[in-house]
Amino acid sequence: MRFAWLICGIAGLAFSAVLAVEPGEILSDPELEQRARGISKNLRCLVCQNESIDESHAPLAGDLRILVREQLAAGKSDSEVYQYVTDRYGEFVLLKPLASGSNLIIYLAGPILLCFALVAAAVYVVRRQKSPMAVPSPLTNEERRTLEKITGSRLKPRGQQDQERA
Amino acid sequence: MVLPGSSVTLAARWQVTVELGHFALILAFLCALVQCTIPLIGTQRGWVSWMRVVAPASFAQFILTALSFAALTNAFIQSDFSVSLVATNSHSAKPLLYKLSGVWGNHEGSMLLWVLVLSLFSCLVAVFGRQLPVHLKSLTLAVQAAVSSAFFAFILFTSNPFERRFPVPFEGAGLNPLLQDPGLAFHPPFLYMGYVGLSVSFSFAVAALLRGRVDAAWARWVRPWTLASWVFLTIGIALGSWWAYYELGWGGWWFWDPVENASFMPWLFATALLHSATVTEKREALRNWTLLLAILAFSFSLLGTFLVRSGIITSVHTFASDPGRGIFILAILLVFSGGALCLYGWRGASMVPSGAFAAVSRETALIANNLLLAVAAIVVFLGTFWPLAAELIFGRTLSVGPPFFNIAVTPFLAALAAILPIGAALPWKRGAITVVLWRMRMALAASLLSGVAVLIYQSGGPVVGWLGMAIAVWLAGGVLIDFWQRVAPRRQELGVTLRRVIGLPGSEWGKALAHGGLAITIAGISAITAWETEVIRTSNPGDHYQISGQYGLRFERADTVAGPNYRAQQAEFTLLADGEPVAQLFPERRFYPASGMTTTEAAIDMGFLRDVYVVIGDPQPSGVTVKAYVKPLANWIWLGAIVMSLGGLVSLTDRRYRLAAGQRRTSFVPAQG
Repeated sequence: MRFAWLICGIAGLAFSAVLAVEPGEILSDPELEQRARGISKNLRCLVCQNESIDESHAPLAGDLRILVREQLAAGKSDSEVYQYVTDRYGEFVLLKPLASGSNLIIYLAGPILLCFALVAAAVYVVRRQKSPMAVPSPLTNEERRTLEKITGSRLKPRGQQDQERA
Repeated sequence: MVLPGSSVTLAARWQVTVELGHFALILAFLCALVQCTIPLIGTQRGWVSWMRVVAPASFAQFILTALSFAALTNAFIQSDFSVSLVATNSHSAKPLLYKLSGVWGNHEGSMLLWVLVLSLFSCLVAVFGRQLPVHLKSLTLAVQAAVSSAFFAFILFTSNPFERRFPVPFEGAGLNPLLQDPGLAFHPPFLYMGYVGLSVSFSFAVAALLRGRVDAAWARWVRPWTLASWVFLTIGIALGSWWAYYELGWGGWWFWDPVENASFMPWLFATALLHSATVTEKREALRNWTLLLAILAFSFSLLGTFLVRSGIITSVHTFASDPGRGIFILAILLVFSGGALCLYGWRGASMVPSGAFAAVSRETALIANNLLLAVAAIVVFLGTFWPLAAELIFGRTLSVGPPFFNIAVTPFLAALAAILPIGAALPWKRGAITVVLWRMRMALAASLLSGVAVLIYQSGGPVVGWLGMAIAVWLAGGVLIDFWQRVAPRRQELGVTLRRVIGLPGSEWGKALAHGGLAITIAGISAITAWETEVIRTSNPGDHYQISGQYGLRFERADTVAGPNYRAQQAEFTLLADGEPVAQLFPERRFYPASGMTTTEAAIDMGFLRDVYVVIGDPQPSGVTVKAYVKPLANWIWLGAIVMSLGGLVSLTDRRYRLAAGQRRTSFVPAQG
């Protein structure tokens, strides 16, 4: 059966889709490995579409995973590792953009919008409370005809109806 | 090569059909143009006969589009490689299902599916809308036809699916093997039914603005269409997520990918619209907001189409190299959304609000629901487009991925789930929070208990674990209590309760099911996010190892197998629960020679409480890479989505919609006296 594997292996070599995290990459220290996985989930695979290096099959992502683990093994803190990677590959590599400068727009948009929306809604609700009960809009001619057909009697002409309501 | 006479005539006949399809599409385009111009003149002048053109025109448009779609489908089934689209997207050795799904597995074909669904919806509005005032109906269908003529023009001028190729290739290039999957075969049609269904609400909103009139009846006509599209969108999104889960090979189910966001934003707006339309229908309040949401929901569908079809998010540069199609869709988006929003700005103010309600009432709760949904949708929108905006405006090249969306969007949705049971139980017009909370005390207690229990049990685990479970239990408990109060408001005989259960309106059942489904989905998401376990190692036949406290794997053998259009390496594992064998698992790695691509096929032992998920990787010198996961409550994510859509369907059967649609007509009898 090994032989069969081999043939298929060779056939698939051109587009070898290795599994994201390889057994060989895993650090022996489980705590360090945990941190490495956490960081990997926040780093973008540079040659893929919107995939983290934790999920990506690309060889370059594998290199980056190893790089992260080397840095962690060397005793760097998480933020130092992010800094190290960003220095080399730019802001593009971060899946969670830095909360600084223009990026604050997307971080604050939600909370600020919600505040505005709450104020607007509060104003609306207060006005609704004060408003008189709904006044039904007058019938159109078409509706009047339908209604007359149903009730079998003639309704008062429009002007008179409005006068009575006033 | 000499073909037998019969084959030649057969081939000749099919050849004619593709051209016929093209011709039918042009005719459908002309039909749509008639359908959008004549009734507009008719409503302007008050000529009823001109207004009535909409119904026959929409039938003709649908039949012609269906004919055109059938012609293309036929070319795919016959593997007619003289059609360029078939040659680049199909292969004679593909199973029939994937020849069929190949029709919409590409740009041109999917746009044809889009207009097919659009014309189907117009046709349905014409059929079910017999009770509509003739002005509203003709205006709505005219707007609908305007949208479809824009898309017909898009297909005919930029993406013709019927183009021929010469010389004719002997074999097609094949469909991307990742897409050769039953889950994905039906994902696009459902999604399109949802996207395009929202066009009906859009057209109704524009028609209402043109007429200058929105009332409870209008909301009642709009709501079923929104509901139907919401059901389709929910199923479509769930199918896509399920596909990603089992096909992409690491069991992720949501990636906040631009393409996913493109479907999630319309879903959020459609959900908001569903709820605000209820307020408009029952209380004639929030009319402007409902109109705006109807416009936004479809605008975001168009935006989603633009996102997916132009490839602008993947890279600004690919967009720039072939801008024709992208700019065309952008133009459609600007004309329709921009136009509708301008109309809204111009006419919206004339819709005087009415309907009074207190600060604590169902109305207020639904406003809160709408705000949270809308804010969540806008944050998704900003995050999706931020890389583009940051590059164009600030010159920053950056990425916005799952970690951002998880912290920026989830809180709003969690807040929504947290207030849902209270809002759903509050009465219209005026209510008291304390009364509702007291009624919900059991749910509240259960929720607190489960949250605390999880917190203690997992000791310092992720927040999503205990918070998610607490919210899910609160939601489920709230739904049950609310339902119970409705069928048994006081002590009564069992028979009475049963009769009330049966007699409960479809919309109440729908509400309970949809909210219950949400609780199930939330439980699934929280569990899989918080408690998934994973083991990665190289392994050889004969190996036996634990993958969690309870489960173990025994590697039985490795093999090669041949599929219809692929070869695969297959491994066999025995799944052991507490040492006892419970299932055989056969993960595969498939190689598709037609496209030279390799895919991983995960082997999943599905269970109600957990999935065991095994994938194999490349053969290594020391063995085979095996990744095994235990994913708790994984299926609840999609189970919840199914229950939610079921709720939508049940709600559609509500009697008042049948009455509004005129399906059960009562004859008008003049009153006595």
